[in-house]
Amino acid sequence: MGINTSISRTYVTSNKKLTAVAVLGVLLGMSVYIFMNSLLVGFDKSATDSIFSSMSHIRVYKDDEISKVLKKDSASNFLIINPKVVPSNNTIINPKMVIETILSLDEVTVVTPQVNASVFYNNGKSQIAGMAYGIIPEEANIMYDIKSTMVDGNLDMLASNPNGIIVGSGIAEKVNLAINDKINLTSSKGINRTFNVVGVFQSKNSQIDDTKSYINLAAAQQLLKEGNTYITDINVNIIDPQQAADVAMKISQITGYNAEGWKEANETMMASFRMRSIVITFVSFTILLVAGFGIYTILNMTVSQKINDIAILKAMGFKGKDVVMIFVTQALTIGAIGVISGVLAAMGMVALMKTVYIGGDVGYFPIDFEPSQFIKGVIIGLVITFFAGYMPARKAANIDPVGILRK
Amino acid sequence: MSTILKTHDINKFFYEPTEFQVLKNIEFEVQKGEFLSMIGKSGSGKSTLLYILSTMDTDYSGQLYIDNKLTTGMSNDALAEIRNEKIGFVFQFHYLLSEFTCLKNIMIPALKLGKLSEQEIEEKAYEKLKMLDMEDQALKPASKLSGGQQQRIAIARALINDPLIIMGDEPTGNLDSKNTDIVFDIFQELTQTYGQTIIAVTHDQDFAEKSDRIIEMIDGRIIRG
Repeated sequence: MGINTSISRTYVTSNKKLTAVAVLGVLLGMSVYIFMNSLLVGFDKSATDSIFSSMSHIRVYKDDEISKVLKKDSASNFLIINPKVVPSNNTIINPKMVIETILSLDEVTVVTPQVNASVFYNNGKSQIAGMAYGIIPEEANIMYDIKSTMVDGNLDMLASNPNGIIVGSGIAEKVNLAINDKINLTSSKGINRTFNVVGVFQSKNSQIDDTKSYINLAAAQQLLKEGNTYITDINVNIIDPQQAADVAMKISQITGYNAEGWKEANETMMASFRMRSIVITFVSFTILLVAGFGIYTILNMTVSQKINDIAILKAMGFKGKDVVMIFVTQALTIGAIGVISGVLAAMGMVALMKTVYIGGDVGYFPIDFEPSQFIKGVIIGLVITFFAGYMPARKAANIDPVGILRK
Repeated sequence: MSTILKTHDINKFFYEPTEFQVLKNIEFEVQKGEFLSMIGKSGSGKSTLLYILSTMDTDYSGQLYIDNKLTTGMSNDALAEIRNEKIGFVFQFHYLLSEFTCLKNIMIPALKLGKLSEQEIEEKAYEKLKMLDMEDQALKPASKLSGGQQQRIAIARALINDPLIIMGDEPTGNLDSKNTDIVFDIFQELTQTYGQTIIAVTHDQDFAEKSDRIIEMIDGRIIRG
């Protein structure tokens, strides 16, 4: 152990109260920082999980066409002056080939066609408005993990029964449905059809449970009076959901249809994510910074108290960098103790919060051990500690011994 | 006799509050083994000169040679190394590190120099303590000793690297007459028995009279020595 380290260790241990206060500051800053950032990741995870339970990473669809403004070359006299949606079919032409094309991309994991039909669930005279999703059960299950939300019946029954329907728990309650009961649906095209209930699902979102049902793709096409090539949406899941925008652009380029990533489709929600992330990052970083100020103040105090020591050390041949070393080592010692205990405290807090039941759509408190957040916290904590120590150390190194020793 | 320290035409100005020449054409040599006292009224420039000789004050014109090497213009780090190896300091105040034991205080300059192992340094520190009759105080914290004892520890610390020169700034200024005599006797023994060179600034006329050589300063000039 060098003499510099030995001196700084003595300074750390000789004033235990001051050291403890500084360590406590780092501990608090560190644990709150890690806790809040883990919480942020947890929030985002739980929110995206709930998004992906009813939405794919990328949706491929044909957009409405809008008529173009026609006008003469001369200054006035427009032919068409208010553009409107051109009445055309929203079907994707040759969906099989489009699906195969998309599947050939490396990033893509699942591709499945979907037809959504707005329907009324008839219950005697009263009607419940809702949406029936025409799906291919196997593929849709891979994408949305429908099986994990099933509370009654079996998804596999849907595939084997062309008239099968899986309804949301809210619908089941209101229309008083159980397995094997019949329910009549009326589509927006005026088609009436009776389905056999083969299952009931319950998602975390009660609004979805009150309106949504799954039926076979062919049944949905029939409800809309369309043939079996009528596909309005192709849903795509990819390996890394964060890449959705890039892959969507690629898909759009190779297929010619609109492709929209989940972030673009949920712009409002993403904006609130970003806001939450900014606020939490700012607050947690500030707390950590305050801990840094604690170290800075205490180091400054030590430097003032030890000004005679510094002067005599410099007289005896300690260089500026030796003095910097002494005080930076002291700061880093405090920082390291604070960081380690802060990490332990954060682990305790996360473990405790994980067991807290919130209820509603959320369930348990959405937090987990996020190694990346722990690592980030430790690095930022040590960097702040270093600079909080370096500034007073620099000041100490620049002390002119003559001015002090000549008193 | 060899020359250990030499100055050539050293001048120094203070600019605050007004321009004032505090040292004028300082020219002298110190031989090995000399016990030299610098005296003069306060403001005569003797302390200022000592701090220039110590290499801690670099704001002067002229040349300073220590051990026949020009130190003027050297970097602060290089000067720090010279001080560490070749100069021992004793001040009016002891400037011991209060949180360390006496032994550790004495060892610090040698640990910094790093030429010997920690164990050898410890043995050497005990040797110095023995010479100063302070062995039994070795493991006490420096702050627990009396003023005279602390000054002796400071002297032991100045000696630990076997320096070429010991520089003292009023080394007996804070001591009663009994301790002043003890410190003077130590200095005298160091020069006579061990050939140690000592330069001490002092107010104490008796102390100066008993040393080998006196340099007297008035108004920034050496008038005697």
